[in-house]
Amino acid sequence: MEKIKKGVRLDHISKIYQDPKTGKDFYAVKDTSLEIEPGSFVTLLGPSGCGKTTTLRMIAGFESPDEGEIYLGEEPINELTPNKRDTAMVFQSYALLPHYNVFDNVAYGLKLRKVPKNEIKNRVLKILDLVELTGMEERMTNQLSGGQQQRVALARALVIEPSVLLFDEPLSNLDAKLRVSMRTEIRRIQQEVGITAIYVTHDQSEAMALSDKIIIMSKGVVAQMGTPQEIYYHPVSEFVADFIGEANFLKGRMIGKNGSNAVLEIEGNSLNVPDHDGMETGKDYTIVLRPEAASLADRGGMPCRVVLSCFMGSYQNYHVMVGNTLVKLEEHNPKNKRIYQVDETCSLVFDPESVHVL
Amino acid sequence: MAAKTKQSASLDRKKLMADPIMVTTIVVLITLLTLFILYPLAILLVDSFVGDGSFSLSVFQRIFQISSFKRAITNTLKVGFVVGILSSLIGLLFAYVEVYVRMPKFTGGLFKVVSMLPVVSPPFVLSLSMIMLFGKAGIITRFLLHIYDNSVYGYWGIVIVQTLTFFPVCYMMLKGLLKNIDPSLEEAARDMGAGRLKVFTSVTLPLMLPGLGNAFLVTFIESIADFANPMIIGGSYDTLATTIYLQITGAYDKPGAAAMAVVLLCITLLMFAVQKYYLEAKTAATLTGKASRARMMIEDKSVRVPLTVLCTLVAVFVIMMYICVPIGACFPTWGYKFFPLTGKWFTQVFTRYKGFKAFKDSFMLSLIAAPITALLSMIISYLVVKRNFKGKGFIEAVSMLAMAVPGTVLGVGYIRGFSGGLFHTGILQGLYGTGAILIIVFIVRSLPTGTRSGISALRQIDKSIEESAYDMGADSFKVFMTVTLPLIKDSFLSGLVTAFVRSITAISAIILLVTPSYLLITVQINEFAEKGAYSLACAFATILILITYGAVLLMNLFMKYFGTSRKMKED
Repeated sequence: MEKIKKGVRLDHISKIYQDPKTGKDFYAVKDTSLEIEPGSFVTLLGPSGCGKTTTLRMIAGFESPDEGEIYLGEEPINELTPNKRDTAMVFQSYALLPHYNVFDNVAYGLKLRKVPKNEIKNRVLKILDLVELTGMEERMTNQLSGGQQQRVALARALVIEPSVLLFDEPLSNLDAKLRVSMRTEIRRIQQEVGITAIYVTHDQSEAMALSDKIIIMSKGVVAQMGTPQEIYYHPVSEFVADFIGEANFLKGRMIGKNGSNAVLEIEGNSLNVPDHDGMETGKDYTIVLRPEAASLADRGGMPCRVVLSCFMGSYQNYHVMVGNTLVKLEEHNPKNKRIYQVDETCSLVFDPESVHVL
Repeated sequence: MAAKTKQSASLDRKKLMADPIMVTTIVVLITLLTLFILYPLAILLVDSFVGDGSFSLSVFQRIFQISSFKRAITNTLKVGFVVGILSSLIGLLFAYVEVYVRMPKFTGGLFKVVSMLPVVSPPFVLSLSMIMLFGKAGIITRFLLHIYDNSVYGYWGIVIVQTLTFFPVCYMMLKGLLKNIDPSLEEAARDMGAGRLKVFTSVTLPLMLPGLGNAFLVTFIESIADFANPMIIGGSYDTLATTIYLQITGAYDKPGAAAMAVVLLCITLLMFAVQKYYLEAKTAATLTGKASRARMMIEDKSVRVPLTVLCTLVAVFVIMMYICVPIGACFPTWGYKFFPLTGKWFTQVFTRYKGFKAFKDSFMLSLIAAPITALLSMIISYLVVKRNFKGKGFIEAVSMLAMAVPGTVLGVGYIRGFSGGLFHTGILQGLYGTGAILIIVFIVRSLPTGTRSGISALRQIDKSIEESAYDMGADSFKVFMTVTLPLIKDSFLSGLVTAFVRSITAISAIILLVTPSYLLITVQINEFAEKGAYSLACAFATILILITYGAVLLMNLFMKYFGTSRKMKED
């Protein structure tokens, strides 16, 4: 596609809704500024009601922002109606036109653009080939499986060569297995076409698998934006750490310094963790410990007591008490390892470098 | 916050303005609704409250001193109340038997016919057959039972005829509701030890109460708005609709009629408000559940036999009443000589009574009104269900309001509103007395039904389907033409036919507005019935039923082969 790629910029965007019950106004999206790079795959991730879909629908033009301006490339698009915006959306319910067959569904946008018939045919067939639906042109949409309908929806959005592709939880109606294979598909196609994509989901593994960047939203504001690794390893808040993957939170007080490390006292144990700017002795901190980063041993770490020990196949799942704090951990590849039973006392060990201090 | 909210509002407005077809449509719609629904009603209020240039209640004082008017109010309410109750009870019986009781195929077929008849027949044919079967010279009363002084005219005549006319509507409404009751609720009650009767009184009936109330009010409104039946069979028993008519045509008292119309309108509006905003919400709230699986039909003979027999008898009676119309048209001299059957009345319809012109006029006017109504109601439903804009509430409310306006009231409103031009200034005066105003009345009268069915059809369609088309680059007009309309083609078609049938069988409003240059079938039937020329009235009515039945058949055929559902349903 020889088109110039465009990014999307949100400049202090807010959207205010009225609560239907109380009649009070509230911010569905509040003072959000984002910069989405041309050609990148960005996911808006968050629990339901966090404002991610509202944000997407504002970019598509279905909702109008109450504050701020949205830019597509360099062009402000606030006043453009959805049909005049160079974006194409893949809907959660697919939203295929039920009275058209596959070919006509995909061709719909091209016909509206008055593309010559021959070219329509070529482009539709090419796109159907890309989404691996060759030979299905004559099918009615209700004769397709969920995954196939999803591909048609994707093809329909791609064929008009929009500057930005928008996804509104497109995989949530599919079963678990199909979801995994479809998300690899979507990523492959996006890379092949090189299009800017904004993807809304509440499924963190989907976000991890797809994105160049993840934007975590909570209560209408951006909680964190970064690559999947940044967000996983360096969450900025307990909310983010908890939302992405499993996380244990250990609370402790800084009691001193040891070279470049800070010394924290956690449940009666002292622990050396990497220092970061502005850590002060005497203040309370929380550390984030991922379940796969810790393991159990007979001695050498923090003393703990096992309260749950459960075989999960690829790993052994433990819940242990360190003092009054519950820690969940996953011991991978447990086959030839010592298995600790409930009520055994043992030691929780982990590399202090692998924890993240909030 | 209020100041900030304006940005989205102004953006939405700008987006709307970027869509000139949509803006034009909205403006035109609002103008039409205001001009042809609100304005005629408003002028009634103005006329009846403004005497000699200032506000006064003198007109109302005057009409409330007319004893026949006061009697008409009590009469109307009494009839409405009784008809409402009887219709909802018989409707409930039919609905219950169909949904709960295993019945023979034959009875099932009868039920279908009964639900279909009121749709295709003019609303007043039952009055004709009532007179022919049970009147002074009725076939049953005089010739079978040898009763020579039976009078069907008056209170009981109206009640029976209206009940038989309106109960199928209740039956269809309640059937839908009963089907929505989850059978497991009743099974749970049975399981806990309740007998069948107990289940009915403690589970089914309470769940149905709001729905029954709804059915009662709908029938009540229909009954008090009904003009033709009281006209034909009421005799000296006057209702509001007929009194208003006589006040105009007999007493030439237009301000008085306007004030009476205001009284009638107030009653129906009140009922309508209760029905729409209180009961409909309640019905929806109690019966949201989808039936999880098929219901076990009642096989028990002690329930099955009496209920089925009862329903079959009622159904057969109703069907017999309708059949009486074409047969009545074939008697050589009704009341004296029944044999041999003859076609002479049908011939006379065309040779002596300008039947051809009557059918042509009715047919043409309805044929013009129907597509306009269907299209308008689809556009209104689309705007109401799928779009957001200022004035949407107005469009929805006014098009629904028309449902609560009795035809007679509308007729008086049009006379007052258009005979001297807008606000008696002479503007648009040319409209009055033309075919155009009849077409407009037809449209206004059928618009609410069409809009309601359009709205419910559109609610079934996922909003994102249209959004996706919009997102692909289609403007509102394109979305409506390529997505919305094809998806509700069935609803559009049935709206088209319903509008046609309603128009060609309409009488209450147009009888006040029609001029000698147009002959309408329903008006003819009414005239002949009043003169006692029942055979001629029946001949006209028979042909009319054939036309409407043909239209419905045509629609079903068309839907079967070109309907939306066919293509999408085939799997």
